[in-house]
Amino acid sequence: MSSGKMNFMLVGVGGQGTLLASDILADLGVRLGLDVKKAEVHGMAQRGGSVTSFVRWDAQVFSPIIARGEVDILVAFEQLEALRYLGFLKPGGMLLVNEQVIEPITVKAGDALYPADSAMSSAFERVASRVCRVDGLTLAEQAGNVRTVNVAILGALSALLDADPQTWLEAIQAHVPPTAVEVNRTAFMLGREQALQEV
Amino acid sequence: MKRLLSGNEAIAMGAWQAGVSVASAYPGTPSTEILEHLARFPGVYAEWAPNEKVALDVAIGAAYAGKRALAAMKHVGVNVAADALFYAAMTGAEAGLVLVSADDPSMHSSQNEQDNRQFARFARLPCLEPSDSQEAREFTLAAFDLSEQFDTPVMLRATTRLCHTSTLSEVGERRDLPARTGKYPRNPAKYVMVPANARSRHPLIEQRLLDLAKFSETCKFNRIEMRSSSLGIITAGVAYQIAREVFPDASILKLGMVYPLPAGQIRDFATRVERMIVLEELDPFIEEQVRLMGVELFEPSPDLGYSPNRKSIFPLIGELEPGVVRSSAIKAGLIMAPAEKAIETMLEPGITLPGRPPVLCAGCPHRGTLYILHKTGLPINGDIGCYTLGVTPPLNAIDTCGCMGASIGVAHGAAMAGDAERHFAVLGDSTFFHTGLPALLNVAYNRSNVITIIMDNRITGMTGHQQNPGTGLTLQQKETVVIELEPLVKALGIPRVLTVDAFDVDLIEKTIKAWLKEVGPGVLITRHACALLPEERRTWMSLSVIPEKCNGCTVCFRIGCPAILKSTMMDVKYNRPLAEIDASLCTGCGICARVCPRDAIPTREQIMAGEE
Repeated sequence: MSSGKMNFMLVGVGGQGTLLASDILADLGVRLGLDVKKAEVHGMAQRGGSVTSFVRWDAQVFSPIIARGEVDILVAFEQLEALRYLGFLKPGGMLLVNEQVIEPITVKAGDALYPADSAMSSAFERVASRVCRVDGLTLAEQAGNVRTVNVAILGALSALLDADPQTWLEAIQAHVPPTAVEVNRTAFMLGREQALQEV
Repeated sequence: MKRLLSGNEAIAMGAWQAGVSVASAYPGTPSTEILEHLARFPGVYAEWAPNEKVALDVAIGAAYAGKRALAAMKHVGVNVAADALFYAAMTGAEAGLVLVSADDPSMHSSQNEQDNRQFARFARLPCLEPSDSQEAREFTLAAFDLSEQFDTPVMLRATTRLCHTSTLSEVGERRDLPARTGKYPRNPAKYVMVPANARSRHPLIEQRLLDLAKFSETCKFNRIEMRSSSLGIITAGVAYQIAREVFPDASILKLGMVYPLPAGQIRDFATRVERMIVLEELDPFIEEQVRLMGVELFEPSPDLGYSPNRKSIFPLIGELEPGVVRSSAIKAGLIMAPAEKAIETMLEPGITLPGRPPVLCAGCPHRGTLYILHKTGLPINGDIGCYTLGVTPPLNAIDTCGCMGASIGVAHGAAMAGDAERHFAVLGDSTFFHTGLPALLNVAYNRSNVITIIMDNRITGMTGHQQNPGTGLTLQQKETVVIELEPLVKALGIPRVLTVDAFDVDLIEKTIKAWLKEVGPGVLITRHACALLPEERRTWMSLSVIPEKCNGCTVCFRIGCPAILKSTMMDVKYNRPLAEIDASLCTGCGICARVCPRDAIPTREQIMAGEE
């Protein structure tokens, strides 16, 4: 997909690093010379809560919020969250989904059932023009730090966009501590390679 | 140079550029980061006050002393600070005074939805409302000048989507303000609001408002953008951004100063467009005033008569987003409905999505106390903070929660009403300092039976770990006195005070049971630092269930810990799942171990003793 006008929605579970990933993606848009808006909601986002953010790139961006049905790429850090926000995708939109499953308290308490794999997959395939799966947790472990799941997912996202990997790495470097640059670079490249193989 | 700045960062930068000297606030979403950013700028004194009323008084005092000052708070904080706001509106100050009100449409993290532009009108203050970070910075800078030009506090109104959206903004340098030579004012006619002086100030305030209305006509933040003349939109704040997106061809009167309104400019705009509408979030604040001017607005439906809360096109409730605005506009006949898109049914019938509500974290020190309180079956009056999450099953441990500091007063009222049950009040350390203090004084003074539990987690938790009078550090990370709760509570007239470790559920239960048998108020302080604080994180270790000892009795499930799972292993005798602990979440707090009747979960101490 060309990296001009883009509406990204990032969804996940508190503690997964979705907000840092949003920062990096917003920064990348600026490095590509675009107008950028990034909107997120803080506050009740305790560990375990659902977390969403919007990142928009365009020559000029107006609304910070993206309407349902207008997201180009939904980046889901967790499968149930992908399902929850699938309706934000535009017709022809793409889904990048981390294969991780994090059971919400309602499921752990036995009050609700986590949807079956087959039901989720069929919903993903039906709504998204393309579903790209990434095993972020395994890649992050391979990279050497489980906390790099978010950057591994960004690596996979980079395979769906035109932007040159070097620019991505510069954006990542600007948002992680100097000691973590190398492990994040590895996670990014692993995510990118996995997604490129899928293409 | 342009940088991505959140609205809150931009407000902080604007204030710094304006030469602000003093800033005071109480944390509250979505305003918290304004002071956190401002505190890092050189040459600024920034503090957490115990509540918003104190914060605004502090800013007022600094402005009386001739220094530019700012107070920041969430919308409901202005309710707390309203007393100060109204006298400051009467007195004015010697230097720029700006109140940032951060409203939370849709209540992402609030107990009610309110439109604080109404406070500007109520108190006769000018109100500026930016629509992105660039404007947030410029308007904050300008607000100080406006304040000095008209001798009035200025309200800068922000909303969640301004505060927590990052957009590109220029960055600037700090202005050099001339050093002030004057003494603190000895000007009772202006600064001592006894009735005689206040009576002579009031006409000046009303005249100031008329002068401000004139200023609004030429204020550069109010501008007309002419495009097609078929539709004209009056809008402000983030709603402007949505207007540009949903109505790309419409002409727009973009208001940066939303009170007082530029009536002449509005009339002029009305003559240049065929139909005029107002697009604003929450209350019909602009809409009603435009109608009062006698200016005609497009009315999609015939006159419906009087309604106390009518907005003619867009919703009164919740934040605006392009989807909502578009569907309201289609309904009003302003834009055509797009050709029907094939809407995919996302899920097979019969699949429901499990909710993912925020819960008390694994290792939260509030959990054990809430569990014990719920077991008593007595009414628990809650307050604003993380512990409010104790309302969710299986804890079900909060029965009322209204606003900061309400728990103790509400419990006292119920007790004095002769309610048959004994009442608990539950609040955190920071909330107690905020407005719990006078309420507890009232319990002592008027002698009710309320048992108050101060859950002292050594930090202001819900808003993301801000310092408070109990932590020994200031916002700018200076060491300071630690205000100890026990002598404070005793000094307020409550002799029965006990502090226990928040994880010692046995002692908490024993104490509560004993106090319930006795007459008179008591304050139980359950103390343990928030599990997410860095020094607590270093002590995390994971516990585990011994499957041979567990029989699936479900007691540990009832503490509502996200780290406790139902195992796939079943108890043979009762045919029910055993408990299992998610090692990636468990912090080793040991509440589950303490409530387990079969000692199936070794505690941290038992594990460490076993290793030796």
